[in-house]
Amino acid sequence: MLLRLAPALIVILLVAPILAGLAMALMPAFGYLPVLGGESLSLDPWRALFAEPGIWRSTLISLASGLIATAVSLAVVFLYLAAASGKRFDRWVRRLVSPLLSIPHAAAAFGLAFLIAPSGLIARLTSPGLTGWERPPDLLIVQDPWGLSLIAGLVIKEIPFLLLMSLAALSQLDPERRVAMARSLGYRPTLAWWKVVAPSLYPLIRLPVFAVVAFASSVVDVAMILGPTLPPTLAVSILTWFSDPDLDKRFMASAGGILQLGVTATALAIWWGLERLVARLMGCWIERGGRTRGENGLRLAGKGLILLASVTAFIGIAGLTINSVAGFWRFPDALPESFTGAHWVQALPSLAGPIGSTALIALVATLLAVTLALGALENEQRTERHPSRALWLLYLPLIVPQIAFLFGLVVLVEQFGTRPTHALVIFGHLLFVLPYVFLSLSEAYRRFDPRWSRLALTLGASRNRAFWRVRLPMLLAPMLTALAVGLAVSIGQYLPTQLLGAGRITTVTTEAVSLAAGGNRRIIGVWALVQACLPLVGFIVAIGLPRLLWSNRRAMQGAP
Amino acid sequence: MTAPHRLELRDICISLGSQVLLELDAEIGPGEVLTVMGPSGSGKSTLLAYLAGFLAPDFQARGQVLLDGQDISPLPAEKRGMGLLFQDPLLFPHLSVAGNLRFGLPRSVADKAQRVEGALAQIGLAGFADRDPATLSGGQKARVALMRLLLSAPCAVLLDEPFSKLDTNLRHEMRQLVFDLLREAGLPSLLVTHDREDAEDAGGRMIELNH
Repeated sequence: MLLRLAPALIVILLVAPILAGLAMALMPAFGYLPVLGGESLSLDPWRALFAEPGIWRSTLISLASGLIATAVSLAVVFLYLAAASGKRFDRWVRRLVSPLLSIPHAAAAFGLAFLIAPSGLIARLTSPGLTGWERPPDLLIVQDPWGLSLIAGLVIKEIPFLLLMSLAALSQLDPERRVAMARSLGYRPTLAWWKVVAPSLYPLIRLPVFAVVAFASSVVDVAMILGPTLPPTLAVSILTWFSDPDLDKRFMASAGGILQLGVTATALAIWWGLERLVARLMGCWIERGGRTRGENGLRLAGKGLILLASVTAFIGIAGLTINSVAGFWRFPDALPESFTGAHWVQALPSLAGPIGSTALIALVATLLAVTLALGALENEQRTERHPSRALWLLYLPLIVPQIAFLFGLVVLVEQFGTRPTHALVIFGHLLFVLPYVFLSLSEAYRRFDPRWSRLALTLGASRNRAFWRVRLPMLLAPMLTALAVGLAVSIGQYLPTQLLGAGRITTVTTEAVSLAAGGNRRIIGVWALVQACLPLVGFIVAIGLPRLLWSNRRAMQGAP
Repeated sequence: MTAPHRLELRDICISLGSQVLLELDAEIGPGEVLTVMGPSGSGKSTLLAYLAGFLAPDFQARGQVLLDGQDISPLPAEKRGMGLLFQDPLLFPHLSVAGNLRFGLPRSVADKAQRVEGALAQIGLAGFADRDPATLSGGQKARVALMRLLLSAPCAVLLDEPFSKLDTNLRHEMRQLVFDLLREAGLPSLLVTHDREDAEDAGGRMIELNH
């Protein structure tokens, strides 16, 4: 009974808040919000918005950084997949990339900032030898006005995501056979991949790519750390206006939210146009039938770029670690003169509260999400219906910019006079946790051999017993992975916590991002490192627990 | 395991859209094996899915399946009393050998541990209770799967090419064991296969499907 409601419940949970939020952002954008004295419709919020200095530049940077970051990440992933031949180097790279997926965006952004800043690790390692700098140069590298560091920060985080999505999709395509077939016709391996695998792979990962375009064009936390400041990106500006003590600015912020929706929609439309263009160019290139030209360049780029991106991310995390224990650290020195635990000792008392909040919110949101996803998937199996076409709705919270509808939700919540509570924040996180948990779990669930459940039923077990005693234990490993993914998504959330918690509920992520403005690297190092490590706990359990439980069950060892 | 059962298939007709896949009318008495032969694609597995209660919603089926005089076609799979032996032994990989056998035992059975031990001894696997099923040989796995089926006290048994994946030297021996035990238990059985030797060893009537 309850099971049958699960799919509908998921759709309502995902769609209703977004529609309500957008509606409640649309009304104040046109001056209507009685609580704040906006009684009649007007265009004043829009006039105020377009009168803001630098608004066009903000808009353009949001648009461009979203598109460029996506294009670069996708190119790096495809180049790698084309060049990968399953040798040890490629497997090693894959193992290097996957943990990066769990690191929150903010932590990765801090790591990059610490690496490329004028007094960062790169400048230190090359000074004064190569650069001749005796003191940090007066250059705006981090937060550069063109958003280049922002793009770089997004790229190192989106590569693992797109790689994982591509690997999952590739398993349906049998790429080895396709490449072997093309090679027998005289194509070099990397070119063969581009010509016979890539055109079939892209349509399968289109929705995740759209999600990346949408995310990158509207991101807040990474833009606060790495993005330009004068003016900041559109999403960051909107957040500033929304948090302004002058409540009148809220009308302008709402108009900004709608503008952001337009920016993301434009980015997606441009992307769609680019897809056509690239498809046509690829078509010509494939038809021309070249078999060898470009092979070496493509292969080198494929191996080099992904390595550069992953190593950058890892050195960034190492930089966070060094900073968090650094004592006195003169400029061109590569390492601090002394190491100290003082920053940790100092931060410890203030860490406990946010860690507790983070864990509570992440655990409850993820458990709810897993329960709902299991309910919907189990219902799908029992009714033997094909996966619902409503599936694309799962991507809705990932494609509509967070900032556009979360505002409206806050306004709505304020109308009801609800005070910020953990429950509200958990609900906000659920919107973003549920899609990832569902996607991660559905893969394993649908691949599960249906004969196991049939066998259990013919042995006289009820459907519930078959679920609890057979399906659930046999799917323990993928379920724990889905849990870990959910925890990681929740831990990394900045905007839902900040907005729905009205700044009164602090998690490790909100705390770390708010430290960005202060610029105390030692303290940032401590918080960002804690933020980066929390999701790892989930993944360690997800990998370790099945091994422990099934230590005496050989067939469960290699379970997906 | 002694009460004799009878399975009657009355005017069964399974179709997909407007295309009739198979028509069957047969009666299987206690301890009898009816063999349904046919090449792949002849609708054998659809017939088994229908009898066991797993027919995909795309198919339409008419007719009656009477088990001891009662029409079971409206019942869900778990209430039908139809045991099913698959091509693969499908021992639950997360349970021990004894756990697999226990899974089949109905809840009302009192002395579960004793029954499991007795069953293991009967198939020559005494002392294997705590073993990981993945460490068993192919023949041992097949025997555990058969015993699990019998412990669940079915009223009729469906055999889905259960010998096709066994080594040739094991096949004959396994057939003997399966048919002996089924006969002894007085169970009506329906064997689906494309191997003529299976049918010969089963010793019962044979129906050929040819589509």
